[in-house]
Amino acid sequence: MNTNPLLKTKDELDEMARQIRRDIINMLLISKSGHSGGPLGMSDFFTALYFNDMNLDPNNPYFENRDYFFLSIGHIAPVWYATLSRRGYYPVDEMKTLRKVNGRLQGHPAPLKTHGLPGVEIASGSLGQGLSIAVGTALGLKLDKKSNHVFCICGDGELQEGQIWEAVMTAAHHQTDNLTLIIDKNDCQIDNRVQKVLNLDPMADKFKAFNFKVYEIDGHDMDIILKTLKEARGHKGQPTVIIAKTLMGKGVSFMEDNYKWHGVPPNEEQGAQALEELKPTKYGDFV
Amino acid sequence: MKYNIENPELKETRQGFADALVELGKENPNIVVLGGDVTGSVKTNFFRDAYPDRFFSVGIAEQDMMGVAAGLALVGKIPFASTYGEFATGRPFDQIRQSIAYSEMNVKICASHCGISVGPDGATHQSLEDVGIMRILPHMTVVTPCDYDQTYKAVKKCVEYKQPFYIRFYRDKTPNFTGMDAKFEFGKADTLIDGTDVTLIANGLLVWEAIIAAENLKKDGISARVVNMHTIKPIDVDTIVKCAKDTELVITCEDHQKQCGLYGAVAEVLSLHYPTQMDYVAVEDTFGESGTMQQLMSKYKIDHVEIERKVKARLKK
Repeated sequence: MNTNPLLKTKDELDEMARQIRRDIINMLLISKSGHSGGPLGMSDFFTALYFNDMNLDPNNPYFENRDYFFLSIGHIAPVWYATLSRRGYYPVDEMKTLRKVNGRLQGHPAPLKTHGLPGVEIASGSLGQGLSIAVGTALGLKLDKKSNHVFCICGDGELQEGQIWEAVMTAAHHQTDNLTLIIDKNDCQIDNRVQKVLNLDPMADKFKAFNFKVYEIDGHDMDIILKTLKEARGHKGQPTVIIAKTLMGKGVSFMEDNYKWHGVPPNEEQGAQALEELKPTKYGDFV
Repeated sequence: MKYNIENPELKETRQGFADALVELGKENPNIVVLGGDVTGSVKTNFFRDAYPDRFFSVGIAEQDMMGVAAGLALVGKIPFASTYGEFATGRPFDQIRQSIAYSEMNVKICASHCGISVGPDGATHQSLEDVGIMRILPHMTVVTPCDYDQTYKAVKKCVEYKQPFYIRFYRDKTPNFTGMDAKFEFGKADTLIDGTDVTLIANGLLVWEAIIAAENLKKDGISARVVNMHTIKPIDVDTIVKCAKDTELVITCEDHQKQCGLYGAVAEVLSLHYPTQMDYVAVEDTFGESGTMQQLMSKYKIDHVEIERKVKARLKK
């Protein structure tokens, strides 16, 4: 049975997002490997989805009426893992095992069948594949006349993968209005600014031309995120896309909006400074 | 097995796929089919016309097709993704690897127009690497049926297993000889003709060629065993080892590159369990070209003539 919304007010949700950011830093300090910038940038969105908007039940993660969630950019797994843990899918102590051998918190999300992290539906990591899976899921749910909603998070750089646009065509052609694509538009990818590597703007116009309903929002404003998620869920006749303008590394001053933080963890000194900036919360750290 | 070697019944293996699919659609409401534009060629149009609600057109976009199939499998559907062999394996390899094989999604990839038999279309459309590409993936079952009857049975039976499958078949009419009443089990090779001097382990199109070769070799006093190794993965180790022990010479026959296909699979088994003299009839690390199926099988040395030549060379007769 659905257990959301668990947190309702902006203040509650913002505090949880801050704890998730602290968890990300702590996980990366232990693993000494992994991505910092993207996870911090999407902490607000994950909090909104998992603590308020999505139909979910951590005690019964695969119940029939759940909303489906796909993380196409598997490399921002630390934010997903921290969110799942804080939401009660698995013990917070296990966050220490990020990227460790025999662990469930693989460097990129691993299949449920072999690694068994509750909440994960399918593997991701090789970019460009999540949206197609989300479209297939949405088509199957529509065939069965079910009302579950499907969410997929892609990165803006990831849209350079041709498969994304194949999936965009398929989603629009079949009018999968039970599908919402969320784009983490931070204009950063591992080499440089997205605009420098291979420009994707005007992004909203592209999706409009492909017959998506487009929302462009501030990806850090909790009230706007929640309002937009509700609108997207209710939109009929077309798939929806929320282009969320975010800052890579959001919440840690020296990481913010700097593409060099795409794929590296903080060292001890940087980690300590990050944790000083991200004030402790009532939830407490796992370390 | 009953066959007329001079004048065999000819049927399309792809029609076996199409007929099985329509039957499955009738029996199981969870069967869904993805169309990659070439529905008339791969014959998914029969399913589409019978069950339009369960047919999803994804256009000429094979990478997306594999992902959409994985998503459908996630919600309990049994998706069949079908296109030409090269475009069902080579183009969407990474999608199959991550979203289907690694994730163990219950997706059935059924490829038509495989091997050199697609003839006049030329090298771009002749998938001679697909078995190798699929065989290397963990969790993938790889099947090359030899005729219409066996293709029908393989397609019908694969839905009994909740795991990924790759089934490979052809465009042109080929001899149909195994019979609908013959037993068929994945991973269990069929010994079609018994023999003592050499074992011909064949699959797909080359099974019929091996039968002709065995009949011709008989006239020269050579007793050739013919084994139909329809499942390349998981491979039937017991049968291979038994044949090696019985005949001390094993020759594989396939319409695929000599690397990574049936020859490789059988060699892997024998090198480990019972090192035995081996040879192969397969495409010699080269691309094909346009021509009729018969012309190309002859030119690329994947026919009964080549099988007979290799057997005789090995037996020094």
